Amino acid sequence: MTSPQNLFRLLLPVIVLVAGIAVWEFVVRIYDIQPYVLPGPLAVFQTLVSDWPVLSQSLGVTLLTTLEGFLAAAAGGVALALLFNQSKWLEYSLFPYAVILQVTPVIAIAPLLLIYLQQQTAVIVCAWIVAFFPVLSNTTLGLNSVDRNLAGLFQLYGASRLQTLRYLKLPAALPFILGGLRIAGGLSLIGAVVAEIAAGTAGAGSGLAFRIAESGYRLNIPRMFAALLLLSLAGIVIYGLLALISHLVLRRWHESALGKEN
Amino acid sequence: MVESTLSKIDPAAFGLAVSLRGVTKVYDNGVTALGPLDLDVVRGEFVSLLGPSGCGKSTALRLIAGLAAPSAGTVSVSHRTGEARAGHAIGFVFQEPTLMPWTSVRENVRLPLKLAHAPAAEADARVGEALAQVGLTEFADAYPRELSGGMKMRVSLARALVTNPDILLMDEPFAALDEITRFRLNNDLLALWRSLNMTVIFVTHSVFESVYLSQRVIVMTSRPGRLSAEFRIETPEPRVEDFRMSAGYAGYCREVSKALAPSYAGLAGA
Repeated sequence: MTSPQNLFRLLLPVIVLVAGIAVWEFVVRIYDIQPYVLPGPLAVFQTLVSDWPVLSQSLGVTLLTTLEGFLAAAAGGVALALLFNQSKWLEYSLFPYAVILQVTPVIAIAPLLLIYLQQQTAVIVCAWIVAFFPVLSNTTLGLNSVDRNLAGLFQLYGASRLQTLRYLKLPAALPFILGGLRIAGGLSLIGAVVAEIAAGTAGAGSGLAFRIAESGYRLNIPRMFAALLLLSLAGIVIYGLLALISHLVLRRWHESALGKEN
Repeated sequence: MVESTLSKIDPAAFGLAVSLRGVTKVYDNGVTALGPLDLDVVRGEFVSLLGPSGCGKSTALRLIAGLAAPSAGTVSVSHRTGEARAGHAIGFVFQEPTLMPWTSVRENVRLPLKLAHAPAAEADARVGEALAQVGLTEFADAYPRELSGGMKMRVSLARALVTNPDILLMDEPFAALDEITRFRLNNDLLALWRSLNMTVIFVTHSVFESVYLSQRVIVMTSRPGRLSAEFRIETPEPRVEDFRMSAGYAGYCREVSKALAPSYAGLAGA
């Protein structure tokens, strides 16, 4: 990992970032663009610092919503997959509706949800709707990917359904489940943001997406950028955390977590 | 499933470990994979089923294990009675090691006992014993991916032995290994068979392996799988590596190969 080539690989995106920011700042200064049209990166950063009390509170709200949506999606997705795995009839009856929930754009569902549910609940439900499907479909795939001979072995030794689930199916599905969770993490953030935007300034929320909408109406463009930057960072951190967890859990046995030299 | 047919024949009365009578297996797609097949295996015997790929020998093994049900006929398996045992009387070794990659060698070997809710102390002792039998004591905490192909197969063998089975069913277990490793495992298997007093039914497509290992080689035809010839391999016990070089061994191999040749006649690409 410490060879010059690897170091270079890690440095490349950083160089691109620095160059991009430099060009951005340069263009804003050369053409004297006003901050309410396009703020430079420095102005965005200054806003981030000066508005930190407001923004950090909003960040907290959005992160909490995302976390709640994510946990609901993880639990719901895995639980549904387990139920489907135990009962084919249940799977045949319900799976189409899971697909329908998934393919209907959440931005179109959000306003409806906001009518019937309290805003905070609606936002979590939105996050759940977008995020649960990858968990469900990945877990289902994992549960069905059990080695046939291993399943035969469990049968030979008279394993109960619960034992087969616990000692065979769930461990075999774990890499798939973790893959699903990694997708769900990012999606639950998207779901939360979509619902906040849909609720708009009419809502009583105070999440980051709400800040973006509100700042847009007030032409507070630097704050829009600052909030966007925070959202983006939050997404990166969520993905990184889930990838790290996945790596730690799988590193001893799964191909995906093994170094290339193996 | 298997037990229910026991009362009809009671193979134990004849000292039989396994007895198949008129057994056929027809798959859902209408293909007859096996039979009708009659087969008796005496307790403590080492029998090989030899035949081309797809001749139904693996199917026969799965029927004996109770992993599949025969379309017709009876499969009777008798267990040694009066012996306390944790787990199951049949051990099965698959073509691939079939290990759980997510857990250690020790836990893989322990699996049959865990599924049978064996007391922890007894299970620990049995796992240690089984690992010692296959010479893997030092690798108990390794994960399957850290082992070579031969070692993985040893783990698979230890897992089959951990319940102290009467009957060991082996489905081309060493087919994917290099020759030296296979020879070594052949010898170890023979030593285990002698010391543990098991019945072994060994499926293979290698003439040399079947003659080297077995007391009896059963040659099968393909589609549907039936018995075509039977050979008793009689040599002074214990067999050691010298047997591989002996004229007697070569003679048996020649005879068995000759008997096997017609089984390949109808197969494309054979």
